Amino acid sequence: MMSRLSTNKTVFAWAALTPFILLFSIFMVYPLIQSAFLALNQTYGPDTRLFVGTKNFELLVHDPVFWTAIKNTLIYSLGSLFIQLPLAFGLALVLNSRRLRGRSIYRLIFFSPQLMGLAFVAVLGALAFEKRAGLVNRTLAWIMQDASLLEIDWLQEYIMSTLILISLWLYVGFNMIYFLAALQNVNNSLLEAAEIDGAGPLNKLRHVIIPSVRPVATFVVLLSMIGSLQLFELPYILLNGNGGPNNKGLTIVMYLYQNGFELGDLGYASAVGWALALMLIVLALIQIRMVRKEEALR
Amino acid sequence: MSSARPSKLSRSLTHFVLIVLAIVVLLPYAWLLVASLKSREDFFSGMFFPPGDGFLGISWESLTLSNYTTLMDMGFGRAAINSVFYASTSAVFATFICAATGYVLAKSKFRGRTFMTLVVLGSLIVPPTLLIAPSYELLFHLGLLDSVWGLLLPTFAPAFGVFLFRQAVQQSVPDELIEAARIDGCSEAGIFMVIVLPLIRPMIGAFLLITFLGMWNNFFSPQIVLQTASKQPLSVAISQLRGVYRTDYGLLMAATVVSIAPVAALFLVLQKQFISGLTSGAVKG
Repeated sequence: MMSRLSTNKTVFAWAALTPFILLFSIFMVYPLIQSAFLALNQTYGPDTRLFVGTKNFELLVHDPVFWTAIKNTLIYSLGSLFIQLPLAFGLALVLNSRRLRGRSIYRLIFFSPQLMGLAFVAVLGALAFEKRAGLVNRTLAWIMQDASLLEIDWLQEYIMSTLILISLWLYVGFNMIYFLAALQNVNNSLLEAAEIDGAGPLNKLRHVIIPSVRPVATFVVLLSMIGSLQLFELPYILLNGNGGPNNKGLTIVMYLYQNGFELGDLGYASAVGWALALMLIVLALIQIRMVRKEEALR
Repeated sequence: MSSARPSKLSRSLTHFVLIVLAIVVLLPYAWLLVASLKSREDFFSGMFFPPGDGFLGISWESLTLSNYTTLMDMGFGRAAINSVFYASTSAVFATFICAATGYVLAKSKFRGRTFMTLVVLGSLIVPPTLLIAPSYELLFHLGLLDSVWGLLLPTFAPAFGVFLFRQAVQQSVPDELIEAARIDGCSEAGIFMVIVLPLIRPMIGAFLLITFLGMWNNFFSPQIVLQTASKQPLSVAISQLRGVYRTDYGLLMAATVVSIAPVAALFLVLQKQFISGLTSGAVKG
């Protein structure tokens, strides 16, 4: 009786695991192993491999376009982060007040852009930032009463600013949700004690609130960095598939895409992928350490 | 939070700032919706509604659905159907496979369980950019390029789903309940379907939503895997539309409305699950 029960259990366990193990091995483990070999080859389309050793990486280090892509991606990541974070935190502080009427509606509104896929956001952004016809220039021209503002060339000349502005619209509300959750954990008795000691709102913010949301803030920073280093859809669609004037809007993943799928060199694309992966892994490891630390504190 | 009652002035100032920000967030949607109803000639007349002598000084009769009918004539409806099919298939399979795997990893004792759990957790930090080129090569060798299965199969086993379901089972399925069912003669598959799945329903709901949304919004995979135009989902179809009809603003607006309306409708019905689901899904990094 007992042994039949346990064989049943084993049979079920393996039956339940098989689909995942199969798919995971084929589409995750195998490509991961291959990515190491592929980076040591040059290809012309997916059917040919020519072993070149570490040549791809040597080329990459001296590739000016690659460095442009890194520079652009970092400008975007840091630029959007430094504007996004204070805004998201400020909004969360305001919306955290229980007496505020309509806070759930505000929360919903600020969060909503996050649901739109990046491809759709890109098309909407392309329309909104269009010269003359776009919502942005028409609003600016209407407010300032200056028709020359209709000619601002957001989509080519100021592509980086455009990307950062779109990212604010997309992510401020999303990050606000994390800060709101963190503010729920601020110790109320600590706040009251501070108040009794005569701390003003600024002092309370500095000495009580900010220290207790710091772990979440670090988490949000890392999460946004990991996401924004992989920026692709927005500039790819806004710039119609190329890097823009002087590759002003070329990002790392766009460069990977161009090499792998337009020029057909999956090997070089893999090398670009490894370079980016290195940055992402460092960030992810920091993130894991943060989560562990926080769990240990709880 | 603060016990001092905020003054009337600071309260109305707060609302003023919030309303201005809310308008900034909502304005693009409103502009999109209204402009999708404008004909090509009317596009430049007025930022929102075309001016005229109807109610509120708006020329209501010049609003038209022609952009939408043109889209349908161009076969954009096909892309919408594709998106629905890809997103729901991917969501259902991924949820079921991850729930089953997460349950077994949480509750069954077998050799290699620790190893497998570690591999699944470890794979969470593998950056997706690493897999792009080799996956494409693999799909080529499997003959799955430009095939619906080449797009769908890789989405059926997301490791972060296993992680989430393993956690959900650990938190909300007591061992005693499983044992009791076993003693009552319930089969192992029966225990999973009848006892475990209902207990983790909140996680199932949230995960169905995030996988559906993830696939609906996915641009990169279909862009790389699929070539035939009639197989493309909305995300790729709309970007191709922009490539060709860059100045046909009304048409592009209508296409965007069609692409985001289903998700917006889902969101309005299931707000809570969306927010908890999206913030938990994001932890995958």
